Amino acid sequence: MNTEIRELIAAHARLAVDVDTLADDSSLYEAGMTSHATVNLMLALEGSFDIEFPDSMLKRSVFESVSTIAAALTELQQ
Amino acid sequence: MAEYRPGTPDQAAFLAELLDRRLLLQSGVPGVYGRGGAFEDVCGRVGDMVTRAGTPEQPEQLRFPPVLPRRDLETVGYLKSFPHLAGSIFAFAGDEGQAAEQYERACKHEDWSEFQAMTELVLTPAACYPVYPEIASRGTLAPGGVTVDAGSAYVFRNEPSGDPARMQMFHQREIVRIGEPETVVSWRELWRERASALLRGIGLDAQFALATDPFFGRAGRMLAASQREQELKFEVVVPIAGPEPTAVASFNYHQDHFTAAYGIEFANGAPVHTACLGFGVERITLALFRAHGLDSQAWPAEVRSRLWAA
Repeated sequence: MNTEIRELIAAHARLAVDVDTLADDSSLYEAGMTSHATVNLMLALEGSFDIEFPDSMLKRSVFESVSTIAAALTELQQ
Repeated sequence: MAEYRPGTPDQAAFLAELLDRRLLLQSGVPGVYGRGGAFEDVCGRVGDMVTRAGTPEQPEQLRFPPVLPRRDLETVGYLKSFPHLAGSIFAFAGDEGQAAEQYERACKHEDWSEFQAMTELVLTPAACYPVYPEIASRGTLAPGGVTVDAGSAYVFRNEPSGDPARMQMFHQREIVRIGEPETVVSWRELWRERASALLRGIGLDAQFALATDPFFGRAGRMLAASQREQELKFEVVVPIAGPEPTAVASFNYHQDHFTAAYGIEFANGAPVHTACLGFGVERITLALFRAHGLDSQAWPAEVRSRLWAA
């Protein structure tokens, strides 16, 4: 799952650095992800994983890192 | 067409009073009003009060028309955040036969939109938008950045409403700060205090509130949550009419949203951020008429002296 998340981050998060240089728990915001880029990533995750984030998950902390995104997706896929 | 939102009973009653006193003039379209002399006088005084308050920073004075190049609306991503509020200008494109057909339909008040094509212009949705491309066109930013007073400009939002405080075409009195992130943040803090004192000084019950923009759709809920968590938008709210107090001023920290879009940077490559503050001129004027009565000549002496000063 983390590999696919990283591919989507590379395509949509418009980071200032290569996502492969970041650890799973590194902050994507500190790596340059803007609010608008977060929305693009959120929509791409929904399309790829065929899920819909509920309103309660539409907040910054959910998209903070590869790990937090993976945790949210795991919760939604259960 | 945007859906009409009726006003609450007290909003409808206040609007009826304003129209009856000819402070506002009915146009036939909700949220679009002419202004009577007494209303316009107060609007002008509110603008002057903000100008006086901003004098210490000696802002550069720039003025722009109430239309914006469509390209700028596209560049700043407005159609992603607020597609529901934008107003685009279309104009006739066709031959003589089509002109005649258009005229015939228009005479019957039928749909003549098929003869219209998009122009290069949109209605300005926020008074600060023309400032960023202008500053970008000057090249790299000098240390300390720039403060721009964009004046009191007409802006448009496509949201017909029966609430007199929710106009479709209204004036934003905007000042913009462009500079180092810490400079921009402290400027916004300074104006928070200053604006609060200004509005309380004219007898308004002004309160601060953390706020979000009316972003569109699910992506918008994400943007709004992000804006709130980062405390990027504050408003001053004042009772006008309706169950909740109404925002009459907002303080917006854009971070690098506009500077990244236009490539505004310092010569040494350090990040440039922006913030703007906007006073809703008609809303402050409405709040004054609500708080002090519909005859501005009879307002308390202290309020009048602050507005009609100098």
